[in-house]
Amino acid sequence: MKKPDSLQGTLDLLVLKILSRRPRTHGYGIMAAVKDCSDDLLRVEEGSLYPALYRLEEAGWIRAEWIKKDTGRRARVYELTAAGKKQLGMEESRWLSASAAINQVLRTV
Amino acid sequence: MSLWSRVANVFRGEKLSSEIAEEMDSHIAEAVEQGRDPEEARRALGRSYEQRRQREIGHEIRTVRWLELLSADIRFGWKQLKRNKVTSIVAILSLALAMGACIGAFRLMDALLWRPLPVAHAERIFAISREAYDQQGKPIRSDMWAYPSFSLMRDAVKDQAELIAVSPASRTDLTYSSDQEMEKANVQYVSGSMFGAFGLQPALGRLLTESDDQKPGAHPYVVLSHDYWTQRFGQDRQVVGRTLRMGNGIYEITGVIDGPFTGTEPGTMTDIFLPDMMHPAVTRSDSSWARTLVLVKPVAAKTGAGLEPLRQKLSAISRVFEEERAKGFTGADRIFFQKIIDATLLMEPAGAGISSLQEEYRKALGILAVLVVMVLLIACANVANLKMAQSAMRSREMALRVAIGAGRGRLVQMLLVENAMLAALAAGLGALLAWRSAPLVVSMIQSSDTPVRLLLYTDWRVLGFGAALVFCVLLLFGVLPALRASAVKPVSALKGGEDDPQSRRRLMHGMIAAQVAFCFLVIFISGLFVRTFESLANKPLGFAPDNLLLLDVVTQQGQPAVVWDQIADSLRSVPGVETVAIAGWPLVSGGNWNNFVSVGGAAPGPIMTSLLAISPGWAETMKIPLLDGRDFRAGDTAPGQAIVNLAFVRTFFDGKNPIGKTFQERENHYRVVGLVADAPYLNLKDAIVPVAYIPFHAVDAQGVAQAETQETFVVRTAGSNPLALASVLRKAIPQARAGFRVSDLRTQSEVVRAQTVRERLLAMLAAFFSFVALLLAGLGLYGVLSYSLQQREREFGIRIAVGAGIGDIAWQATSRIFLMVMTGAAIGAALGMASVRSVETLLYGVKGSDPVTLAGPALVLLVIALLSALPVIARASRIDPKMMLRAE
Repeated sequence: MKKPDSLQGTLDLLVLKILSRRPRTHGYGIMAAVKDCSDDLLRVEEGSLYPALYRLEEAGWIRAEWIKKDTGRRARVYELTAAGKKQLGMEESRWLSASAAINQVLRTV
Repeated sequence: MSLWSRVANVFRGEKLSSEIAEEMDSHIAEAVEQGRDPEEARRALGRSYEQRRQREIGHEIRTVRWLELLSADIRFGWKQLKRNKVTSIVAILSLALAMGACIGAFRLMDALLWRPLPVAHAERIFAISREAYDQQGKPIRSDMWAYPSFSLMRDAVKDQAELIAVSPASRTDLTYSSDQEMEKANVQYVSGSMFGAFGLQPALGRLLTESDDQKPGAHPYVVLSHDYWTQRFGQDRQVVGRTLRMGNGIYEITGVIDGPFTGTEPGTMTDIFLPDMMHPAVTRSDSSWARTLVLVKPVAAKTGAGLEPLRQKLSAISRVFEEERAKGFTGADRIFFQKIIDATLLMEPAGAGISSLQEEYRKALGILAVLVVMVLLIACANVANLKMAQSAMRSREMALRVAIGAGRGRLVQMLLVENAMLAALAAGLGALLAWRSAPLVVSMIQSSDTPVRLLLYTDWRVLGFGAALVFCVLLLFGVLPALRASAVKPVSALKGGEDDPQSRRRLMHGMIAAQVAFCFLVIFISGLFVRTFESLANKPLGFAPDNLLLLDVVTQQGQPAVVWDQIADSLRSVPGVETVAIAGWPLVSGGNWNNFVSVGGAAPGPIMTSLLAISPGWAETMKIPLLDGRDFRAGDTAPGQAIVNLAFVRTFFDGKNPIGKTFQERENHYRVVGLVADAPYLNLKDAIVPVAYIPFHAVDAQGVAQAETQETFVVRTAGSNPLALASVLRKAIPQARAGFRVSDLRTQSEVVRAQTVRERLLAMLAAFFSFVALLLAGLGLYGVLSYSLQQREREFGIRIAVGAGIGDIAWQATSRIFLMVMTGAAIGAALGMASVRSVETLLYGVKGSDPVTLAGPALVLLVIALLSALPVIARASRIDPKMMLRAE
């Protein structure tokens, strides 16, 4: 696994984005969503995902809740908080401007 | 996660782990459902599970760590306090003494001055009074109103406020059965509307209403306080409907108030409430007997702006009333009445009730509070110095802590915890002290005929004050030393050198100066109080109070003077009785009757004359010398003959022989037959006023003898203890004549002593506080001296080695501190001179600017400074240079 801080920014962004589209998703669901949405190009490993989730929870951007599933098993689902929504907007615009800049560099050089 | 959930996590660590495990399990199940290999999923998760655990444990550690460190600090602090036992005990005791005094003073002042009455809307209660200026320009104030004036005001401001008239509570004879079983209770006349306005509820029966307060003399109903119901009747529910007799009136008990309300006078607890309409003087315009409370309606109270128009309205009505009343006065000084008419009406908050005890003690308690605070400051400076010296010893320990990585914050916390423990221990001990001492002070205010009952609560107000006190004390003595101690420079301290001893010493010296200044002030002020008490207590009275027994005797229907004379005769035959006389009331007992008199048909002058009805032989019994003329004899009457004092002669006859001259009081004419020496009439402090003694044989215009219901027998006894005859005389009076009864029995000495109760209280407490202040200052001086000696032992060793004499060393060791003492004393003297004006009204026969009053404290402080320096000088002289230098 990579060091958490190198990918941290993008992982946080992905998790927040997915939770904004699909609120109340559990850890495995988020992992699967990343895989699906990126057509298997991106993969998040459990080892990175759960620490990221706890970190986001601690920062107050997402909140967790236990729900009862049909199978009788409890699952911990996550959703965005108001602060999380704000954070998502910020991260998104930061990513867009960063990637636009990189694209520009790639094109012009 | 919030701080709360973190703290909560500490207490549910087990649950947290299982929750994490559950989430991981659910993840794996999900993965298996999606067709992944369970082993592989578990492996992938493995690290994240571990990380999560680590993170949670980290939180726990962070929260728990703080608690753990605190408890470690407490344990360590306790160990430190125990290790320096003597210092700790001295610190705790001195703080406890000072804090206890503070808490005690607060309880007392709160109970008397600040605690809101237990009624609804205490914050909206105001009291009105009138203030005028006398001939000397001194303000005279009265909060007593004539009832007709009150009712005019009440009706005029109905819309803005509810006015309530309450008489002062008075200790009154009453009986629930026969005359033989007379007892005393505190009785207060109140407006019937008061109970509703104050939101009081009955515990039993019904309370009075406005309709019980309509027609003079027509509402013989009373309400009992819950306290009295409990004490007197053991909460007997049959009490409603019972009757009691007071004077000539029979009253029916209609109910009992629920709750702790015992009247509007802090210091006196009212037992029985009567409607104002039952007061004998309710219709009289010339008798002011009721305080007026103003319960402002919420609208006016809220804005505050509503108060001034209300005051002006009341003032206008009161002025019209006084003008109307003044028209009825003839034969009196016009300027005097103009002054009364021009009096300013004042309206002040009275949510804590209003009583003369408040007025008498407000200032005295305020001064005591200041003294107490100064003692507290001295104690704090003392403990701060102790701690500072201690931290010098601990500087190596601190340096070591810094060297192995302790942050300054940690060190400050550690030291503050130690100091906080000290403060808390002292506060606990102090609270015990306060708990015992406040009632003691209340009992000192007591005199036999004015029982003071003050409810001293221990509740959140006192607790809050205590907590605030601990905080302040900690701030005062704890923070500076803690900051100072934690600012060590490890390198220099560990090398064995003192880190900047100069600054530490400067701080300690500053504290000494402050301590001495406060100490000087405390001693100075208490010196003033002690001398005030002494000059009052040793004042020549003009009569001999020893061996005088005073019997206040009452009879229901009233009897002419001859009957009273017969009783006096029968008392004279009791063994042990030397002489017996009769007077309207005893001297300096508070009984008062004064008026303007006119001499030789002229208009009355501006000076009032006091009058007292006496029997023949009264002056002799009191041992007031007869200077000229004769004593009264049988056949003298009032109006008719009079005996005057020297002040009367000075005022009205230019000091010429008064015998045979006449004067007039109202329509009564008197001819002076005797002249007696001056004796105080109303109190010991005022200058002697003109007094006219008149025969107690009062006759009306037709010469018919008047019936008297109450007189005081003045009995001079043979033995040294007049009270030995008390029970005999108590029995002798009803035996001499049926229907006569002793209502009160005192000695004249007691009555005189009661005059100086406040001064004695102030003198005793102030003397006690100055003793404490001196003790603390002495301890502080000694501590600092011995610290600085210890710091400079090496230096002194060298000085001695090169030939310095003992005087030299003593000078070296103490000069700077003596300089500080001088500075402090000078500051204290300046403060004292500045503050003397504010205590002036409490002083008698002593001047603040008197050099003696300033020299006294200075001398005392000098002695204390020398005493505390002696052991240190002795130790300095024993320094052996060989030992000292070899030790290095």
